[in-house]
Amino acid sequence: MMSNMRTMFDLNQIDSQGGRVDTSNQGPLSAAVNAIEVRNLNFYYGAFQGLKKINLDIEQGKVTAFIGPSGCGKSTLLRTMNRMYDLYPGQRAEGEINFYGQNILEPGQDLNLLRSRVGMVFQKPTPFPMSIYENIAFGVRLYEKLSRSEMDERVEWALNKAALWNEVKDKLNQSGLSLSGGQQQRLCIARGVAVKPSVILLDEPTSALDPISTGKVEELIHELKADYTIAIVTHNMQQAARVSDYTAYMYLGSLIEYGKTDEIFIKPKRKETEDYITGRFG
Amino acid sequence: MPDKHLSSQFDADLNSLSSRLLEMGGLVESQISTAMRAFTQMDLETCNVVIANEKLVNDLEIQIDLACTELIARRQPTARDLRLVMAVSKAITNLERAGDEAERVAKRTKRLIEAGLPHNINVAEIRLSGQMAISLLRRSLDAFARLDTIAAAEVVQEDRQIDEEFRGFVRKLITYMSEDPHMISTGLDMLTIAKAIERIGDHAKNIAEFVIYIAKGSDVRHIPHEDLVREASRQ
Repeated sequence: MMSNMRTMFDLNQIDSQGGRVDTSNQGPLSAAVNAIEVRNLNFYYGAFQGLKKINLDIEQGKVTAFIGPSGCGKSTLLRTMNRMYDLYPGQRAEGEINFYGQNILEPGQDLNLLRSRVGMVFQKPTPFPMSIYENIAFGVRLYEKLSRSEMDERVEWALNKAALWNEVKDKLNQSGLSLSGGQQQRLCIARGVAVKPSVILLDEPTSALDPISTGKVEELIHELKADYTIAIVTHNMQQAARVSDYTAYMYLGSLIEYGKTDEIFIKPKRKETEDYITGRFG
Repeated sequence: MPDKHLSSQFDADLNSLSSRLLEMGGLVESQISTAMRAFTQMDLETCNVVIANEKLVNDLEIQIDLACTELIARRQPTARDLRLVMAVSKAITNLERAGDEAERVAKRTKRLIEAGLPHNINVAEIRLSGQMAISLLRRSLDAFARLDTIAAAEVVQEDRQIDEEFRGFVRKLITYMSEDPHMISTGLDMLTIAKAIERIGDHAKNIAEFVIYIAKGSDVRHIPHEDLVREASRQ
């Protein structure tokens, strides 16, 4: 219990100070701050190794996209960043994932608190079977005690952040499930944003959405990166090209190439990356 | 790793772009040779052939540009495919302009023939640089077809010789014109023809630079020649 409280305290410290950051690996002129630094990460599904010695930095305030064929480990990597894999027996990670300098793979983490700082949105919209208002307020109540008016403000703020407020402001008491697929997904993003995380993980957030809803979510990603660090897994390479600042190409559990999105899509360094993004991968 | 796309139609579309560029290149090359023949032989009929065929070059430019736009819209090419499409789109502009220069040579030659003014200007530099320009354009297109960056770097280097010939001719022309002001009108037509050939060399050089861009991903325009050669030879 003490250890959990200590961890919670540490995480709160990180939050209130806007990040305790190790910049030792950056050049003296670099102003870049890393929200997450992955070091020598191996991940196992039982005996099967799903990730092999991954090293990469996720820069604060940027969008980092993960691309690669099915089964390459991109969703697995995303799920390590808020230890979502802990919900499943037999899955384990080795190495370090430093979230503003703190290794979240160390034992004794408050995982609920971690997941409020590193939020996640899944492929299929997963609104809770409750009102639109409660979908937002439910998560907030777990971490904060707000008055009714403060909660109203928070709900409106989160829905505004997710560009959904205007569409739902007159029906906040209706079920979240009554919304369209695209609206449900933006509700899930609002729900994630409402607890004011530092990082938002998006696991194929638009693969179940039509092009208009996809466009809205992509626009939202662009707006959210002013305040949040975003990591997105996508099967849609054009989407990665459109929304991200950095792109990581993964294959068979390894990180093959990681760099600025413009470079990856115009002049990738590795032939494997080029073959994949040009559609020569067979 | 396979070198073909999962979509064979995508391969076919890209190959078609390249081959149509080469087709247009062949036409422009032929326009330049015909224009040079018209100039050398001072033949009015040949001048008219070049002027009439200019429209074919323009039509090809529009068709290939449309094909580039359609391919981008349908396939969203990336990496070397994207570089190829961008380079084709720019190279055809260079080819079309080289075609314009061939037409300019034909029109000015026609004017010289129609004016019928006698002159004793030695045009050896124009003939020589005309041959060099045709050769450079052919080699830049060969380099394009084979994505041969070393050959492309040689084209860029050799364009300087055409520039030298041009400067030499201009110096000579100034002497002719200062000695005999009656020569000025003919001299200015000759200058326009020499300049047109020099420009064709520049267009061939630009196409060669695009070859390096496609193959290596480096934009080698406006960089020192040593750096260009280094990029061209980079593995």
